[in-house]
Amino acid sequence: MPEELLCVNNITKSYAGVKALEDVSLNINRGEIHCLVGENGSGKSTLIKIIAGVVTPDAGEIHINGKHYPKLRPIDSIREGIQIIYQDFSLFPNLTVAENIALNHELARGQKLVNWRRVRQVATAAMQQIGIKLDLDARVEQISVADKQLTAISRALLQNAQLIIMDEPTTALTQREVRSLFAVIKSLQARGISILFVSHKLNEVLEISNKTMILRNGRKVVDADAREFDRAKLVYYMTGRQIDDSTYDYRPGELTVPLLKVENLTSHGNFSDISFELMPGEILGITGLLGSGRTELALALFGVQPADSGTISVEGKPVEICSIQDSIAHGIGYVPEDRLTEGLFLDQSIGRNIVVRTIDRYVGRGGLLDGREVEKGIQAGVNQLSIKAGSPALPVKSLSGGNQQRVVLAKWLASSPRILVLNGPTVGVDIGSKSELHEILRELARQGMGLIVISDDIPELMQTCSRILLMRRGRLVDEFRRQDTTENQLTLKLTEA
Amino acid sequence: MLKTNEFLVALTIVGLSLVIGLISPAYFTIANLFDLLRSATVTGMLALGVLIVIISGQIDVSFTAITAFSMYVTVKILNAIGFNGTVLVAFLISAPIGLALGLINAAIISRFKLPTLIVTLGTQSLFRGFLLFFIGSNLIRDIPGGMEAFWKANLVTLTTPEGALTHLHSSILLLVAAALVTWFLLKYTMLGRGIYALGGAPEAAERAGFSINGIQMFIYGYVGFLAGIAGVAYGSLNRQADPTRLVGSELDVIAAVVLGGAIITGGRGSVIGTLLGVFLITIVNNSLILMGIPSIWQKVVIGLIIIVGTGLPAYQNRRAVGRLSANLAE
Amino acid sequence: MRINNAGTTGQSRPAGTPPKLSIFSLAARDGNLTRLFVIMVAIFLVMSLARPDIFPTLSNFNSMSVQIPEIGILAIAIMLTMLTGGIDLSVTSTANLCGIVTAIILTALVPPTAAGPQVVFGIAVAVAVAITIGLACGLFNGYLISRVGITPILATLGTLTLYMGIAIAITKGTAMFAVPQFLWLGSGTIVGFVPVPLIIFAALALVFALILNRTAFGFRLYMMGTNATAARFSGINNAHMLVQTYMLSGLLASIAGLIFLARSNSAKADYGSTYILQAILIAVLGGVNPSGGFGKIAGLVMALLSLQFLSSGLSMLLIRYSGSNFLKEFAWGALLIAVMVIDYYSNRRRDRALVEKT
Repeated sequence: MPEELLCVNNITKSYAGVKALEDVSLNINRGEIHCLVGENGSGKSTLIKIIAGVVTPDAGEIHINGKHYPKLRPIDSIREGIQIIYQDFSLFPNLTVAENIALNHELARGQKLVNWRRVRQVATAAMQQIGIKLDLDARVEQISVADKQLTAISRALLQNAQLIIMDEPTTALTQREVRSLFAVIKSLQARGISILFVSHKLNEVLEISNKTMILRNGRKVVDADAREFDRAKLVYYMTGRQIDDSTYDYRPGELTVPLLKVENLTSHGNFSDISFELMPGEILGITGLLGSGRTELALALFGVQPADSGTISVEGKPVEICSIQDSIAHGIGYVPEDRLTEGLFLDQSIGRNIVVRTIDRYVGRGGLLDGREVEKGIQAGVNQLSIKAGSPALPVKSLSGGNQQRVVLAKWLASSPRILVLNGPTVGVDIGSKSELHEILRELARQGMGLIVISDDIPELMQTCSRILLMRRGRLVDEFRRQDTTENQLTLKLTEA
Repeated sequence: MLKTNEFLVALTIVGLSLVIGLISPAYFTIANLFDLLRSATVTGMLALGVLIVIISGQIDVSFTAITAFSMYVTVKILNAIGFNGTVLVAFLISAPIGLALGLINAAIISRFKLPTLIVTLGTQSLFRGFLLFFIGSNLIRDIPGGMEAFWKANLVTLTTPEGALTHLHSSILLLVAAALVTWFLLKYTMLGRGIYALGGAPEAAERAGFSINGIQMFIYGYVGFLAGIAGVAYGSLNRQADPTRLVGSELDVIAAVVLGGAIITGGRGSVIGTLLGVFLITIVNNSLILMGIPSIWQKVVIGLIIIVGTGLPAYQNRRAVGRLSANLAE
Repeated sequence: MRINNAGTTGQSRPAGTPPKLSIFSLAARDGNLTRLFVIMVAIFLVMSLARPDIFPTLSNFNSMSVQIPEIGILAIAIMLTMLTGGIDLSVTSTANLCGIVTAIILTALVPPTAAGPQVVFGIAVAVAVAITIGLACGLFNGYLISRVGITPILATLGTLTLYMGIAIAITKGTAMFAVPQFLWLGSGTIVGFVPVPLIIFAALALVFALILNRTAFGFRLYMMGTNATAARFSGINNAHMLVQTYMLSGLLASIAGLIFLARSNSAKADYGSTYILQAILIAVLGGVNPSGGFGKIAGLVMALLSLQFLSSGLSMLLIRYSGSNFLKEFAWGALLIAVMVIDYYSNRRRDRALVEKT
């Protein structure tokens, strides 16, 4: 068997006038863990879709196991042993675990009829290969995210996978589950299977990679042995510049009334007995692993999933938060975790996205909107957040992740909230934009707003927050002051069982 | 098992039957049962076709037009050539016609990736307009000999206690056959699982290597095929060929499928559930008279059943997910 | 409404096309509006050339303006609910129900010999009740969809059947009649030749164009139709908006029912069963995206007129053939599919043109 498993040369691909990939080449050998690093928009997704045969390149060649494929179809790629585990796992939520594991295998073998006993056997055997056990009859929509991923990996193994491509596999995993995943990856490598690990989480890349390739704006920047990189070099190659690590110092003012005070807040099954305060001008961080209740806490503050008991006080006065409208009325804003589905109206223009919260302000004579005032409002939002776009009439989906997040922020700032809760504010945002967004947050705090940043990105928390709360299994277990902690200490505390 | 939708529908049928039977014991007679089965046959066959479309996450409203089209054209052809032989020939003509029309749907939908509700609304107009204008809109009472013979072809004939004769029409065999084929297709073939996959996660299905175009060709072709066969059955059972009546009842068929547990967004549904749904709708349509309710209230009852039958599961789902007080996020 | 095959009807505008800087322009509709205008004018010219003696005449204008308001009002109603990503299949049943109730009240309150204030009072009461019923029907729809959580297709399918059933039960399947004094609404004219119903339709079209384009409600409606989850997270009360939208739909349906009663002097439970299809046709032709969020009244009006010209022209060309209605049905089905296919190709060409530019 040739040493080289996959070889793609000079791949170019454009979408609607935008070059997603330009002249990219990649070689993967057997038993190699190759990391593909790049920010959103770097072309990672397009490249792996081309390798999987789902997308056809405009130019370039694909060789698998020494064989040249002028027009690669998904079924060809699968038959050559290339398996992709997508971010959304590409599972069928309405089918059982057994079916999800075995179905593609049966399909690839050209089976026309379904033998259910064989399906179970095949699924069980696959799970045994990585030493896991899942409920074969559970419908996939009912199982946990980690279990879904294991299902997806089992499925990949069945088809005599030679190369498993994992697209951002750790996004929804707890630290412990990430460790398990890495163990599985190492065992796969020991059996001669190659892994293409796509990620922008630099810590993980540094830990697991044999060879690292970095894409930026559709072009290959570098592809070399992993030992040649450290964190700073990775950042440099990804963004083309050095990033400074500033921090935020909160100086308490003369005011002693907390902007937000939460006492004994409880939501059955999610979190219990949470108490903390937020002062004006302060940026408070809340972190915790998946399942710690941090997102549910945010949703309770924003009225999406109101708490069952406890008090919330804004500027000293207790308030009742039973709906989103209540929160907004009390000056609380929320920048959601999933901006694409929860924060933005992708097909609508940037301008509309900015004014959607405050549109009532522009009602003039006779109940009609005053167009010119609306334009002014939009322009103000664009300026305030330096949104880089050709024109506010362009659809917001044409923007990069970082700019999109600015639009979400602009939407909230337009209504001048007193408290802004941000959940994962820089997920999927390139490193350059990340630090710019952090500066925006710091500036907002300097102007007197109170911010709560919920994140599991420790460096981000260290750069923006002055105080960080740690949640575990629904309870507040620790509080750190940034000045008294280091990144390592925090990571350690976070990952303690 | 107890909580499945199919079980609830079965329970409803039993409950409803008890109520009707209490009011009018005539309900619990073999004659009535045979009547119900006869009424349910055409609807049932069409519902089975619609079932697989809905499982795949799509929808088709043109099937009644296809039914009318294939029935009418078949009758005209057979009358024109004066064929009065076995009805099987009629089926052999109408099924391919239905299949062809269904494939037209499939071609437009898969080639241009257009929304299926709108496309099939368009083809419904297309097929119906073409039929009624270019082929004919007159009621034909002289149906071909084969179909006439089929009309008389009873499977079982019994004598009621009052001395009358009651028949179970052999067209029920068509329904049974269609049900078995559909059941086998869905449960034991890759194509069937592919239909579920397409309904559950269309992108994943494509990535897994399922031929989406192939599946769609099959789905719409299958509906058309069943519609063709149902067309001849319809003509035979009514002993006339009326090209204008059938269109307008597609919502009843869809309602039956949905009541039977298929989810309109795709990915779930079963043959048993669909048959139960069809049976439920048929009972309601046929039995109001027995209860002394004038047939003018028929639609009200059906409307209420649809509302309650879809409302209860939806409301319970809301409760479970804890979104009662929320203001609606889809 | 996830009754989509992969992809919508290609409604979005890719980055790079010259944008209109006004907040009131929605993505990519400009091109389609121009095209609709061209189609409308083209059909008019073709028909005028084909039968210059009867098509472009005042009497033809009068007969065309009979159908335009009824279908047009229903089309606006369908458009509203489609903008939210749902659909209201019960509009015709609601219209019929309102017409029937109006007929009953008129017959009771306005005897043939009545005149003056009694007539006005009777008509006012009847109209008020009809509108209330329309609003109530819409409210029920909105409740089922937003509070109970039934998908719009199924919910309105249920209410369609229910309302028709109630209408059948009331009328026992027969037709109800209006009173002569009411007929002015249907066949009367203003300024000598403009029929009253047309005025009503034009007024409604203007009002709703204003509502959709120039009010906060309309703005929020478009946003909610684009992404209900993001709308919720942005503080929009989706449940309220849905109920209001379906109530507006019911209101429009009741007006349509009144006009029909006034024009044809009869109301039946199952009138206009083909109107739903036509209304949806007009909405989609006019640029409404069935998944929600896009569509303009201007487009709808042009689509309405185009279809009316086509319909009227075909009737004239085929005077010798009976059953020209059926040919129209065929034509509408073909037209709908043709327009969607053209949309597909023009979107592809636009995308490709962009690639070549870079």
